[in-house]
Amino acid sequence: MINTMECAVDAQSLISISLMKIHNSRTQRGGIKLHKNLLVSYVLRNARQVYIKEKYAEIYRMQQYEEVMTVCNEIQELNPLDLDAEDADDEEQARAACCGEEASLCGSACHRDAAQPAAHARTASALPGCEEDCKEPEPSYYRSCCMEASPVSHCDQFPANSSAHCNKTTVLDLDTHVVTTVENGYLHQDCCCDALQCGQGAQSPAKKRKVEFGCCVSDVEEVSDFTAARKRAKREDCSYSHPDYTDTSNISNLISIFGSGFSGLLSRQADLEQICSKQVLASLGAWTRAIVAF
Amino acid sequence: MGRNLKVPGQVCLHHYHRSFGLPGIRAQQPPSGHDTGTEHRLRHHWRPADIISTVEFNHTGELLATGDKGGRVVIFQQEIENKNQPQFRSEYNVYSTFQSHEPEFDYLKSLEIEEKINKIRWLPQKNAAQFLLSTNDKTIKLWKISERDKRPEGYNLKEDDGRFKDPNNITSLRVPVLIPMDLMVEASPRRVFANAHTYHINSISVNSDNETYLSADDLRINLWHLEITDRSFNIVDIKPANMEELTEVITAAEFHPHQCNTFVYSSSKGTIRLCDMRVSALCDKHSKLFEEPEDPSNRSFFSEIISSISDVKFSHNGRYMMTRDYLSVKIWDLNMESRPVETYQVHEYLRSKLCSLYENDCIFDKFECCWNGNDSVVMTGSYNNFFRMFDRGQRRDVTLEASRENSKPMQVLKPRKVCAGGKRKKDEISVDSLDFNKKILHTAWHPQDNIIAVATTNNLYIFQDKVN
Repeated sequence: MINTMECAVDAQSLISISLMKIHNSRTQRGGIKLHKNLLVSYVLRNARQVYIKEKYAEIYRMQQYEEVMTVCNEIQELNPLDLDAEDADDEEQARAACCGEEASLCGSACHRDAAQPAAHARTASALPGCEEDCKEPEPSYYRSCCMEASPVSHCDQFPANSSAHCNKTTVLDLDTHVVTTVENGYLHQDCCCDALQCGQGAQSPAKKRKVEFGCCVSDVEEVSDFTAARKRAKREDCSYSHPDYTDTSNISNLISIFGSGFSGLLSRQADLEQICSKQVLASLGAWTRAIVAF
Repeated sequence: MGRNLKVPGQVCLHHYHRSFGLPGIRAQQPPSGHDTGTEHRLRHHWRPADIISTVEFNHTGELLATGDKGGRVVIFQQEIENKNQPQFRSEYNVYSTFQSHEPEFDYLKSLEIEEKINKIRWLPQKNAAQFLLSTNDKTIKLWKISERDKRPEGYNLKEDDGRFKDPNNITSLRVPVLIPMDLMVEASPRRVFANAHTYHINSISVNSDNETYLSADDLRINLWHLEITDRSFNIVDIKPANMEELTEVITAAEFHPHQCNTFVYSSSKGTIRLCDMRVSALCDKHSKLFEEPEDPSNRSFFSEIISSISDVKFSHNGRYMMTRDYLSVKIWDLNMESRPVETYQVHEYLRSKLCSLYENDCIFDKFECCWNGNDSVVMTGSYNNFFRMFDRGQRRDVTLEASRENSKPMQVLKPRKVCAGGKRKKDEISVDSLDFNKKILHTAWHPQDNIIAVATTNNLYIFQDKVN
C-alpha cells in the first residue's frame, strides 16, 4: 500500500532501494529478469546523477563559505608587514578546502541546478545551455584540479606535479581597500574560485566540465567514455575522505560499481577489490559471481 | 460483429465469476460444486500457483483459455444451449485442464526455469480438434485438445476391461461397435519447441499463414514452422556486442493479422518497430519506427520505466496498433510513425506516486490491453481490481470493478471513479485507498460478441453487456 504522504524523492534512498532490488533479483526464482534489472539500472543512473550533482552543490556551497570566511579573516587580521605570510596561509587553506573535497566541477551552473527540486533528475541534455557546450572538448578542464593524476583516463591532462595546484594569491590593495584574487600557473579557474570575484568568470568552463561529465555518464552507448566515467567515478569516490562523507561512503562506493553501466550488475572480483569500504565488500560478496553465462 | 457498447456504465450485466484454484485436485476440502458459479470456499487460501498469468479467447470465442503461475492451462467453453438465450451467453464452464509446463532446472547455468505460462495463443481451427500454443520462459508447446465421446466396445481378443481373452475360448467373431460415452476432453502435447531462447520469452504470435509463428524474448525474435521443432530462424537480434551497451530490450511482438510478412515488436524504451520479412532474412533493420518524443516537463527518475511498453496489439482490421505503457494506452496508425493518433490515460493519478510504486515493485507490472471485435473500444486493467474501457468513437471511457463484493450475477456494474485529489465526492475512491495488490493485468475480449474476460490475481470474471 502506498503511504498517504508521497515519499520524498531522495536520490540517496533511491540508490539504496535500487541496489537492494538488484541484489534480491539474484535469488528470485526463474533467474535474473533482464528487463526489470535494466529499468532499475536506469533509475540508479538517474538517482546517481542527481546525488552527485547535489553533493557538488553542497561542496561548492561549503567552499564558498570557507572562502568568504578566509577573505574576512584576511581583512580583519591584515598587517601590511605580514602580507606574504598571510597569503601563504590563505593559499594553504584554500588549497585544503578545494583539494579535500574533490570537487569544484560545478560552478554556479551546478549551484543553480541543485536549488531546483530534487524530484526532477535532469539529464545532461536538459541542463540549461548545455547543448552547445556538450560537444566542445576541453580536456584541460575535464578534471578537477585537485584530483591526483590519473594515468588511464584520456581526459586527464593535469600534470602529476601537485605543486601546480591552486596557485592563488590574494592581494589587498591598500589604496583602494579592494581584495583581489589572482590565479596563476595551471589553475583551473573555478577550482579555488573566489565567489566574490571569480564566480562569474568561472561559469563557462565549469559548466562545460559539468556537462561533459554528465554527458559521459548518461551516454551508455559510448564504451570508451563509459570506461572513463567509471574510472573517474571510482577515483572520486576513493577521495571522499572528508569526515562528512564517511557515512555516505557506502553509497559512493556502490555508485562506483554501477558507474560502469550495465556491466556494473555483472561486477567482477577486480572491481570489488578496488572499493575502499570493507563493509561494502562484505555485503556485496554475492556480486562476485557473474550472473548469467550468456 | 457485436453490438457497440452504447452506454459505458451499463456495459456489463452478467457477472460470472469463477475462482481458479482447481477444487478436488489439490484442495484441502472439496467444495460442493466445482464449476458453475459456486462460491469457492477456499478463496482465502489461494496459492501463488493459482495466479492467472494469461487469458485468451479462441478465434470463434467459444473457448477461453487461461494459464497460471503453476504451469496449468484451464480451458472454458461457452455453453452451447445458452447461445440462443442472449442473456446467458457468457456462461462458460470448465472444458479441459492440463499441466502444460513443469518447473525445470538448467544445470549448465544453475538456473531454475519457472513453469509459469506467459502466453497462450490459439491456432485457427482446421478440423475437429483445437490447437493452442502455450509458452513459459524457455519452451513453447503445441497442444491438441480433442473430444472423445464414443468408445469402442466388443473386441474379440480383449475383455471390456482390457484383459486378454484366452484364444481357445473364442467361438465367434463380432465387429466392435462405438458406443456413446461421457464426453472426455483430452489434451496432448503435439510439439515441443525448446532450446531456442537464451532469455525469457515474453510473446508468441501465430502468423496469418497458419504455418509459422514467432516467439520473442528480451533480445531476440525467432520464427518457427509449426511442424518443425528442431530448428527456428532468428529474425531479430538486438543483443549488443558488449552487454555493457545494452539500453533496451524487446517487450512484446505480434504478427500482422493479415499480412503474413509483417510483424511489430515493442521495446522497453517506448518504441515500436515494424518489420517486413520480405526485405531481408534478418529484420534488425526496421521498416518503420514508431516513437513519440518524451515530454521533458514530465521527466523524473522513473521516466524510463513508465515509458516501457508492456503490450502491443494490432487492431482486427490491421490498420492500427495499440500499445500499453505504465500510465497510458496509445493507438497508432500504421501509416504515421511520429506519434500516436490517440492516447488514453489509464490512471494518471499514479504519476505522483511513482516513487512508492517503485518501492513496492508495482511500477514493473505489465498490463495488457485488447481490442473489441470491431476495434471501436479498447480495454486494459488497473489496480484495485479496476479495469478501464475507452470508446474510441464516442470519446468516452469508463472504470469498472471486478470483485465479488461489488457485483452480483445479472447486476449492472457500477462505474467507478478515483478521486485524484481535493475533495472526495461520495462513491469516489481516493488514490490512497487503492489496493495495489489487486491488479488486473490480463483481459480478453470475445472476437465477435461483447463478452469480456477479466483476470484478477486468482479469479476469472466473465462479463457480457446488457441485453435490452
